[in-house]
Amino acid sequence: MKKKVLSALLASAMVASMMAGCNNGGTNPAPSSSAGQPAQSGTAVNNDAAEGKVLNIQVWNEEFASRLTNHYPGYEPNDANNPTAGGKIGDVTVNFIVTANQNNAYQNQLDAVLPGNASLDADKKTDIFLVEADYALKYVDASANVAMPLSELGISDADLSKQYQYTKDIVTDANGAIRGASWQACSAGLIYNRAAAKEVLGTDDPAKVQEFVKDWDTFNATAAKLGEKGYLVEASVNDSFRVYSNNVTSPWVKDGKLTIDNNIMKWVDDSKVLYDAKYTTTDPLWDGDTWKGGFYPAGKVFAYFGPAWFFNFSMGADQAGSIANQGGWGLTTGPQGFFWGGTWICAAQGTDNPTLVKDIILTMTTDNAVMKEIAQQDSDCVNNKEVLKELAADASGNLAILGGQNPYEMLAKGAELVDMSKISAYDQGCNESFQTVFKDYFEGKQTKDEALAAFKKAVKEKYPELTVD
Amino acid sequence: MSKVKRGKVVRYNRWGYIFLIPFMVTFIIFQLIPLCTTIYNSFFENYMSGLKQVGPTFIGLENYKTLITEGDLGKYFTNTLIVWLIGFVPQIILSLLLGAWFSDPSLRLKGQRFFKTVIYLPNLIMASAFSMLFFTLFSDGGPINSMLVQAGILSEPFKFFSSISATRILIGFMNFVMWFGNTTILLMAGMMGIDPSLFEAAEVDGATPRQIFWKITLPLLRPILVYVLITSLIGGLQMFDVPQILTNGEGSPVRSSMTLIMYLNKHLYSKNYGMAGALSVYLFILTGILSFIVFKLTGPQKEKKEKK
Repeated sequence: MKKKVLSALLASAMVASMMAGCNNGGTNPAPSSSAGQPAQSGTAVNNDAAEGKVLNIQVWNEEFASRLTNHYPGYEPNDANNPTAGGKIGDVTVNFIVTANQNNAYQNQLDAVLPGNASLDADKKTDIFLVEADYALKYVDASANVAMPLSELGISDADLSKQYQYTKDIVTDANGAIRGASWQACSAGLIYNRAAAKEVLGTDDPAKVQEFVKDWDTFNATAAKLGEKGYLVEASVNDSFRVYSNNVTSPWVKDGKLTIDNNIMKWVDDSKVLYDAKYTTTDPLWDGDTWKGGFYPAGKVFAYFGPAWFFNFSMGADQAGSIANQGGWGLTTGPQGFFWGGTWICAAQGTDNPTLVKDIILTMTTDNAVMKEIAQQDSDCVNNKEVLKELAADASGNLAILGGQNPYEMLAKGAELVDMSKISAYDQGCNESFQTVFKDYFEGKQTKDEALAAFKKAVKEKYPELTVD
Repeated sequence: MSKVKRGKVVRYNRWGYIFLIPFMVTFIIFQLIPLCTTIYNSFFENYMSGLKQVGPTFIGLENYKTLITEGDLGKYFTNTLIVWLIGFVPQIILSLLLGAWFSDPSLRLKGQRFFKTVIYLPNLIMASAFSMLFFTLFSDGGPINSMLVQAGILSEPFKFFSSISATRILIGFMNFVMWFGNTTILLMAGMMGIDPSLFEAAEVDGATPRQIFWKITLPLLRPILVYVLITSLIGGLQMFDVPQILTNGEGSPVRSSMTLIMYLNKHLYSKNYGMAGALSVYLFILTGILSFIVFKLTGPQKEKKEKK
């Protein structure tokens, strides 16, 4: 009998431990990469004592963390060398929850946490999340209501008056409420290799180079000249994609129907000619060997398209021997104006730190002194008309990367001209699929019609609710 | 007397059931319930549009129809089979050869243990890591291309991942390298299970090693071969990680290396559980049919074996 009891016990223990195992796996919260633990200090009393003691910020990289660390008054980082390790503002603990952008992971994270945010424990609530232009519409949508309208935080339109209109348009919902704010204005231009311009075009003066790239036909004619001397006009067809896609006459999706704009098809036709003539490649941005190689003189790439953050951070300025390192780039408007990137700060619906969130948004996106500091220390092109004007006016805006050129007047002018009326919530998915599918067309693996059909199929997979034909 | 006996039998049964509980619970939670919910989900329109949930609305067989009319199910199935075959054919040949050598005592191979471990090692590498490695090796400016160019074999780098056959062969090759060790060990176990007296008898009768292999080893190995074939086929139909990482989820070029599961994964962009569910059910049926065919083809002898 004893034996049986024992074995029954053992068997049930086995089952129990297994169930416990399951249970554990199910309820453990997703590990956050923030090191800072919520500190419950009940002693400090201040004005917003009623508010939460933990500020959780959803990010995809360390950019905002380092901006906050370096420029927000009174911020004490936990680890000066690692901004995402979090810190403290007064007695509030700041945690950064980092989810990389790859394969939609960051958006999946937002989708998972934001809708039920209000019902979470105070210390687990997301208070701030960041978005990019490509998918901002998804999160500032009025019916989704995951980002608080700034007016509810007590930020008025007057507070945002120095910001560029397009940065506000992107985060404005259908009812006209602004639900986010950015400290960057990312109007962009054509970044050209001064040495190549001198060799082939006979000048490296931005105004004169502009004459050679003033519209797409001239640009393509210049490509042939550059090609003769062994230069690629652009490292990859994907470089110019954003320039074309920013200048469309209709958004990707209108009334639930997919439309392929003529300017996008112009990208296809122009790029096919350039690719076939070997004036460019189909390299992926960021990883391609040719694409990265063009940052060095030996890569023989004439131009890239990008905003300030692109030439400041992405072109290997800190690598000895790179063109940026030697101040060998110039900036001009290029065939069409466009913008690229930028990060918007949104207040998560349900936050328990509205006062602090309001102050962070105001300080980081409207305070002249802080923004000038950001512009000068971090070379961001800030979203502040007054500061950009100051920078354009004196030598403090001259950039070594651009051989001493002061780009701010041009960038400020570009930012005024950016038109955001043609964006849709489907842009990121459509842009990605379009580039993938047409790479196969450029390389001769399928015809244009096949590529279009494949694109429609891919969009239908991503967004089943759309009509594609 | 008989009463007591029966009681004992029943009690033993009870313990049997109790010891089965851990398996059954795991099976039900992680296999049966997901299987049933997948089938259930496949009848619904249920996806996310941005942050908005669409459905679930019952739409009957609509998802199944859409997959047939709009999806390229046949194309992805063919892709999957081609890539599987590219990997499986060399795998089974090499495994048979290695298995025969390892299990042949007359060869007196030295360092058998070492080699058995080595051929199994690739399977211990994560598929994704292996895939990343190949992606880097064969990229346009990667080491393979620079070696070929420097040796003068190619005049300019060959774009492996822009070529349909090169991409497929690379995927097949990776699967081959990862799985041939596993197959070798399975086949070897099968070969060692064959009664040695049969080999001795054949040798005494003057059979050549080749005859022994074809006339004795292979026929007696049939059950194991069938097992290897079926598991590899099912595994092959579910091929995902290697091509997914190698082509960045796009099955490029022109989706020629997109497998069925990669296609399924595409539907998870919009969390389209209905469509993905319908695809899974198709796959389930397909796997069932294929397994059944393979089973039937190698049928009668197998059954006899099992009864023994």
